[in-house]
Order: sequence, then structure tokens, then C-alpha cells
Amino acid sequence: MEKFIRYSSTIVPLDRSNIDTDAIIPKQFLKSVEKSGFGDNLFDTWRYLDQGEPGQDCTGRPLNDDFVLNHDSYRDGRILMSRENFGCGSSREHAVWALRDFGIRTVLATSFADIFFNNCFKNGVLPVVLPGADIDRLFASDQDEGPVEMEVDLARQSLTTGDGRVYRFEIDEFKKNCLLDGLDDIALTLQYAGDIHDYEQRRARQVPWLFHDLD
Amino acid sequence: MTETTLYDKLWDAHLVRQSDDGTALIYIDRQLLHEVTSPQAFAGLRENGRRPHRRDTNLAVADHNVPTTNRSAGIADPVSRLQVETLDSNCAEFGITEFAMSDPRQGIVHVVGPEQGITQPGMTIVCGDSHTATHGALGALAFGIGTSEVEHVLATQCLVARKMKNLRVNINGRLPDGVVSKDMILAVIGMIGTSGGTGYALEFAGSAVRDASMEGRLTLCNMAIEAGARVGLIGVDGVTIEYMRGRAYSPQGPEFDQASQAWLELQSDPGAVFDLEYDLDASDLRPQVTWGTSPEMVISIDDVIPDPANAPDKVRSQDWSRALEYMDLIPGAPISSVVLDKVFIGACTNGRIEDLRAAAAVVKGRVVADTVKQALVVPGSGLVKRQAEAEGLDQVFTEAGFEWREPGCSMCLAMNDDCLEPGERCAATSNRNFEGRQGYRGRTHLVSPAMAAAAAIAGHFADPAKL
Repeated sequence: MEKFIRYSSTIVPLDRSNIDTDAIIPKQFLKSVEKSGFGDNLFDTWRYLDQGEPGQDCTGRPLNDDFVLNHDSYRDGRILMSRENFGCGSSREHAVWALRDFGIRTVLATSFADIFFNNCFKNGVLPVVLPGADIDRLFASDQDEGPVEMEVDLARQSLTTGDGRVYRFEIDEFKKNCLLDGLDDIALTLQYAGDIHDYEQRRARQVPWLFHDLD
Repeated sequence: MTETTLYDKLWDAHLVRQSDDGTALIYIDRQLLHEVTSPQAFAGLRENGRRPHRRDTNLAVADHNVPTTNRSAGIADPVSRLQVETLDSNCAEFGITEFAMSDPRQGIVHVVGPEQGITQPGMTIVCGDSHTATHGALGALAFGIGTSEVEHVLATQCLVARKMKNLRVNINGRLPDGVVSKDMILAVIGMIGTSGGTGYALEFAGSAVRDASMEGRLTLCNMAIEAGARVGLIGVDGVTIEYMRGRAYSPQGPEFDQASQAWLELQSDPGAVFDLEYDLDASDLRPQVTWGTSPEMVISIDDVIPDPANAPDKVRSQDWSRALEYMDLIPGAPISSVVLDKVFIGACTNGRIEDLRAAAAVVKGRVVADTVKQALVVPGSGLVKRQAEAEGLDQVFTEAGFEWREPGCSMCLAMNDDCLEPGERCAATSNRNFEGRQGYRGRTHLVSPAMAAAAAIAGHFADPAKL
């Protein structure tokens, strides 16, 4: 996994709550057996005026000019901002792959759905929970004064906007380190193979029916 | 001794290792795999030279992409076909048991697991699918995960997790005639919202839950995720034990008795403290129908479409307006006046035998309205289909003008050929009414099987009890 390094970008404001993973990446693109190549279809239904198909070249497709990612000032934005319950619905990790492939490495929201939140950390994407008042201020600032520039510093757990305002955020220490170091957590878990073995031996005596083969 | 919740007990029994930083290593007893969220996990194993830690506790079944007509012809769409063939070849390579498309046991993974006794009380069960919450109806700790975690479980049989909080919804009272589990869960989601259960394991309790059949309980837990809760749970009782008895992969003989004793312990203690609790009275529930593009946008059959001016706050008001525009609905209009183009009965929410019986009871002796272009019944598994046919339900449906299909996820998410055309409106027994869920620019209303059947007959939403 690519390490998460400090960076600055324009915030892309997507002023909705309950954005579901079906909207982030529609189902037809889930037919891929690959782990990348989803960026062109991020928010496909909202971004384009036609119906997208897997494997299609998206360069000539008609764009929805009303959608924020099609505006000149936001199309290169690498921070996405939304409201509550971002990433709800389907567990499809393809939603995070689509954000990552597009270049979005940070999502700001007042809350996230649990499965999406977990999936982010497996792919070098940082989901940041901010209080409603902060999100309100950032949306208002974007609307009143134009696009907001922000620096994301995970090591310091801080977000700094162009006007010098600093927003602090909380993050699970384990997840933070995985992102900063780009760690493969399967390798981490395999360090505890002895504990897993001991657990299995103990459990198989207590509840033997859980250890029957499905063959 | 401390009084603990069912979730606490399941968590404690699966704790391999607790870290000082609050994360824990949790043992996973069972993984269910389907074709959409597993290929990249198998590829990851291959790239790193890893093998499944316990290959014989995984079960794979293709369900999302499979056609529901003419199975013998195979899958026409080459992209879908490749995905299903990739599952077949991965299972062959890694030695994982798979119910192939031609197997009579094939079906939606969340219908197949309980039906086969592959889902058992007291287990931890994961699947790369958010509706894994379904299996909690049997007192199992079951939740959906992403593909990276699918790979993690294949490689280690464990997950790194943090304990969730405890939430209980108590549903007491006797459900009125014609009101079923689907209505209960839609009402719960309407009450607590689509993020009301985020961060929690959601236990359903109360007399209305105790009175529910296992099919009804599976429907309740299936949609816990639509209330934000990854985990849905119901304590084990006599209904659970009788459901487990004699299933293909259930413990047999004396071991079943031993297991049953252990399973009956799987309940929250009477004095257990929950972080959050809600109460719902079942006795005055009415049949529910969603009007918007989030499952929390739900009203009863007697209500009118809500007005964004009456939304609780500005953000919700905007969301409601956007939803009404997408759904092409007018505030103040009775929901019963809304006319349907298609009807879909099936999915992991309502594709079980009891669901098909409930729909057939409404349909019997009637015909689908002329204005309804298509009415589909898609059984949740091959065995559900076989049972329904033995009871003559297929005849009831086809004589009324429904199409009787092969099992799969079908029009719940339209990854196969079953889908809505732009602008079409559907009464669906599935679990999500998101924009485009059932097809590009399609419009979905979530209802119970009886309501879907009534809508097909009337051509618009109607209370099945008054049809």
C-alpha cells in the first residue's frame, strides 16, 4: 500500500448526506476482477449524462456540467468533503478503489458508514470525521469565498486551510500507523500465528462442531 | 458476575488477542464468498504466495451475476461470465467448496448459509457483502467486510477489529394482520435513521421478535445494515434450535444435543446494559413503503408523500427535495396513488419460502394489472424454488402473470439482465432504494412481499389486507 504523505489540495464540496457506495461506483463496474482502473467511473451516474459501461473509454462521454467534479476549479481536487453517513450501503471496496484511482486520498465528513471507513485504511485513503460546525464552516467558506485549499498532515492529525485555520482530528493509532507506513496488515497478523493456533486448539475442544470440514 | 449482552459473549468467545491500543484479533469461524468481492482477494493471496489458513471453512457461491432465465445457456455477458468463471477457478485452485451455478443448492449466499446449516449459532461469520448481517438472526456474530479483509480472513482466519457498542431495539406487541417483519425493520430504520446504528451491534428483542419465524428474523437482521449497523443479532431460542435441526451441515446426533445446549446460552443477560436502546410498538404498525432514495425515507401505506418544508433541518430538506425529484413524486399525494411499472419479489431480504407463500396468498386467483410491464418472482435459492414448486406456488404466480425465475440476486442490484429501464418505477422486496440501484435512473420502493404482490395486482400501492 502506498504510504500516506502530507499534501495540499483543493477541497471538492459534495453537499449531500448518506452518499452510498452505489453512487460512488455503480454496480456494472463491479464486474471487474482487477483492483484498479475505477477512477474514470467514480460517481459515474452523477458525472456523466449517459449510462457508463465497463471497459468503455470515458474521454468522449457527455459530462454533467452541474456536477462539482466537472467544474474547472474542482476537477483536480484531491480532498472530498461531504456530510453524514458517507459510504453507506454496499460493502464494495471498489468505492474506495475508485476514489483512490481518481486521486482522492482524504474524505472529510461528519460521519462514515463502518465498512467503508474500514476499507479506506486498506487502500491509503484517510477518512476524517469532523464536527458538524467545522463541516458547515468549510461548506460556507467554499460557497462564499470560493474553493478552499487545505493541507492534510496525518502525522500531526491536523488539517490547515489557506487562511491559516487549523482543524484537529482523532484517529485510531493502529490505523494511523498503517497509513503512514503503508503496512500490509496480513503480515502483521501472521506474526501472531502462535496465538491463532492456540486459540484453535482450545476452541476445537470446547465447540468441536465448529471445526468440521465443509467438503 | 457481570451481566453481558449477546454481542459481548460472542466477542469474548472469539478474542484471540487483545492489544493495548484497543484493537483486537478476532477469530472468524466461517467465511462465505461470492464472485463480485472475492477475485482481488484470491489474487492477493497468489501474489504473496499465501494459502488459505483453513480452506474447509469457506463456502463459495455465485449469486450476483447469474442469469435467472435459461441457466443451461450459461452467462451471455462476457464480463459477468469471466467473473463467475474466476470464482470457479479460484475455488478449484485453493480447494474451496463451491455450489456451482448448476447445483440445486445454489442461491443467494445469505439464503444458502442458513438453509444449509452452514450458518450456526455462536459462530463468527464474514462475507464481502454488507447483508451478511442477515446471519445474526441465528445468534451468530456476522458482518460484511471489504475485499482486503476477505483476503485477510482467507490468509489468517482472523480480523483486526475494535469492539462495537451495544444497541438494542425492543419490539413488543402483536403485529396486526398483514403486517410482517419487513414492515418492522422498515419502521425501525425510519425511526433511528440510516446511520442510527453506525458503530453498534444491533440486537432485536421483544415479544414481536420472539413471535417471528426464522424467516422473519432473517429479514429483520438483513436490513440492520440499512440502519447503519454492521451486525444484526437475535438471541437463540426454541425457534432457532428447531430451525437448525436436520440441516445438511448442522451437527448431527448427540453432537446436535451438545451444540443446542451451548446455543441456548447465546442470549443477552436480563440485566445486561446497552449503550443505546429504542422501543417500538408492533401493535399499531401499518404496512410500510419507502418513498425516497434512502431506506429511512419511509411511510405507511395510509400516508401521503412528505413535504421537504416539514423536514427536521435544512440538510434533510435538501435531501428530501433531491429524492422527490429523482423519484418524480409530489408532496401531499397519497402513496397509494403511486403507479408501478415493475414488481420484484426476491432478494436476500425476502426470497425465502415464507416470503413466497405470503406473496402467493395475495396473488391467488387474481391477475397482474395491465399497466405493470413486468412482475418477477426470483426465489432465494434452488431449494426454495424446489419447495415453492412442490407447493404449487409457481403455478399461482405464473397464472397471475408473474414470471417465475431461477435463483440469484437478480433485480435487487441488477448486475445480471434483470433491471429497470430509465424512469421505471418498481415495488421491490429488496433492501435498497438508492438512485440507480435496480437500473440506471430506475426508481425503487421497498415493501414487504405481500405489499409487492398487492401492488402488482392493483397496479399501484395498496394495503394487501384491503385488496
